[in-house]
Amino acid sequence: MTLFTDEALERYSRHIILEDIGIEGQEKIFNASVLIIGAGGLGSPIALYLAAAGVGRIGIVDGDVVDLSNLQRQVIHTTADIGTPKVVSAKQKMLAINPSIQVDDYHTMLSAENIESIIAPYDFIIDGTDNFAAKFLINDACVLLSKPYSHGGILRFAGQTMTIYPGQSACYACAFNAPPPPGLVPTCSSAGILGAVAGMLGTIQAAEALKYFTGVGSLLTDTLLRFDAKTMAFQRAKFKKNPRCRVCADPQKISLTDYEQPLCELKNHA
Amino acid sequence: MKLIINGEEKTFTQEKINISDLLTIESVDQPDMVSIQLNEEFLRKPDYATTWLKEGDVVDFLYFMGGGQ
Repeated sequence: MTLFTDEALERYSRHIILEDIGIEGQEKIFNASVLIIGAGGLGSPIALYLAAAGVGRIGIVDGDVVDLSNLQRQVIHTTADIGTPKVVSAKQKMLAINPSIQVDDYHTMLSAENIESIIAPYDFIIDGTDNFAAKFLINDACVLLSKPYSHGGILRFAGQTMTIYPGQSACYACAFNAPPPPGLVPTCSSAGILGAVAGMLGTIQAAEALKYFTGVGSLLTDTLLRFDAKTMAFQRAKFKKNPRCRVCADPQKISLTDYEQPLCELKNHA
Repeated sequence: MKLIINGEEKTFTQEKINISDLLTIESVDQPDMVSIQLNEEFLRKPDYATTWLKEGDVVDFLYFMGGGQ
């Protein structure tokens, strides 16, 4: 016996009709909670699709306000939202799409001090941040708290993503160890990004979250999926949990500290 | 010697190649922005110059990609 109303059955009918999802899968999605870190290029499509999919509780973290230069790719925000906190703007759109979900907004910058308490209530975490300090901190915290999460990175015409299942699969630090030297790092603001590439990668991350909750298919664990939109070549690099990994080899030893961040990135910090 | 670099088979005329050489041959201009896997094992930077490649080795260059906003 389903808890869904006729309205909900109609709303989610294209999910429910999928043999792999059905009413049972849609209920799992509704009982799920996801935290999206960053309400920008990646966070926008992630938030829109997860709200539309009926994820019952979605948290969204971002310390910024909407800027004119965001609108080329951050499709959850509109021209009228310029100057509004991104989380407020995002929450408004998510609830407009789907009023039956709960959206928790955190208008704050993620740091070693607040990350544990912010991610703790959620079942799945999605990294949509724009800097390595945040990406490595998210990895540390998710491994420490055993939270499965999706890592994402985009640059110019390219994107890459992997899903981390702490305790079972390789973590971000298994592959990349530690942030590259500050100064070498090109970011969206310094290097540019084709707006649609953010959409391509963000929707892959949203799909991973929905697969995690419904158990459909196989996740991008131990796998870095990368694509180059110039040629539309998609490639997977397989790798294994690194037994010498600085972070996940001994999760009990993780102590959360902020990574050094190049000054030029601070103003766009998620 | 034939190597598989990022999923593609490439033939090299050099007889002996270590990872540092490969970075030069493959024109990786920012070696600090890449993480290297040899036959599914990650290498440490100090070992690049002493890690010699052999026929059929599978090398993956994983590039740092930090954008998202």
